[in-house]
Amino acid sequence: MSSHELKTGPLEYRTQEGQMTIMGFWIFLAAEIVLFSTLFATYAVLFGRTADSTPPGELFEPGIVLIMTFLLLTSSFTCGLAIHEMRRGSVKGLLIWMMITLLLGLGFLGFEIYEFIHYTHEGATMQSSAFWSAFFTLAGTHGLHVTLGIGWAILLLIQVAKRGLTPRTSRKFFVIGLYWHFLDVVWIFIFTSVYLIGMVV
Amino acid sequence: MAEHNKRIPMQHVVGFVLSIALTLLATWAALGSNLSTTWIISGIMILAVIQAGIQLFMFMHVVEFKSQNGHVPWNMMFHGAVLAAIIVAGSLFVMSFGFTHDHDGDDHQQHEQQEDDGQEQHDEGEHEGH
Repeated sequence: MSSHELKTGPLEYRTQEGQMTIMGFWIFLAAEIVLFSTLFATYAVLFGRTADSTPPGELFEPGIVLIMTFLLLTSSFTCGLAIHEMRRGSVKGLLIWMMITLLLGLGFLGFEIYEFIHYTHEGATMQSSAFWSAFFTLAGTHGLHVTLGIGWAILLLIQVAKRGLTPRTSRKFFVIGLYWHFLDVVWIFIFTSVYLIGMVV
Repeated sequence: MAEHNKRIPMQHVVGFVLSIALTLLATWAALGSNLSTTWIISGIMILAVIQAGIQLFMFMHVVEFKSQNGHVPWNMMFHGAVLAAIIVAGSLFVMSFGFTHDHDGDDHQQHEQQEDDGQEQHDEGEHEGH
């Protein structure tokens, strides 16, 4: 099996600990899928229960949501490039692409905050109705994950800048790469089932 | 495997272009096409699942078996997805029974109109459109 591998296998898989950590992180992601699925289920059940507040069709705008989607899709791509650079052994490549990823992520967050403030001004808040509670909980939980991811990645960037690429730091970066792609997967479903369907129905 | 030495990882580029294209396609289907609502919803949900697959297979190395203990990441993702489907579909199914009340703006109007007409209100029929 190992004869098929490159002489230098990816650093993050070299130690038993690294392999186990990555495996454990996949289990965490599976649990995250279930976590988000409960929020999606709540949202789906409460869809249309806007009481006397503004319905989503009047507030959702395709422009801003598309920008957010493209920002996050692109950041997922640049994050993939960062991990690719890491496997080529380039610390500089890793740092540059990861920083671009973070900037795109921050851009996404900025638009999301703007969006939430805008909705609040239009009279759609957590307290307005069952629908808006479900909406803010779902989108907000995703936003919180992005925020945590950005903080986490900044700490890792500092660590890699200090220690260079070791089996330990590469494993950490590989894991945050998985996390970041996963956030994009969740967003695809929010984009489709919340925003697109909200504008159609 | 030789992928790691290339300057530009084609797999990532293809995945990126595909996901942008699928996003645009879904947006067009939802906002620009004349399809019926049912078709739009099922269509864009399928597109979303394809996009999630692209992320998993092209970006997340989900089929990478380098952890040589025989652990296959996609097992976990598959189980997560099955659970998610059961939770969402199950909730919708369970809550579709007798969960009718009219806090909706439209329903209020309809309600009042119907009362004005002296008609009896039929909850079920009224909620068909939602």
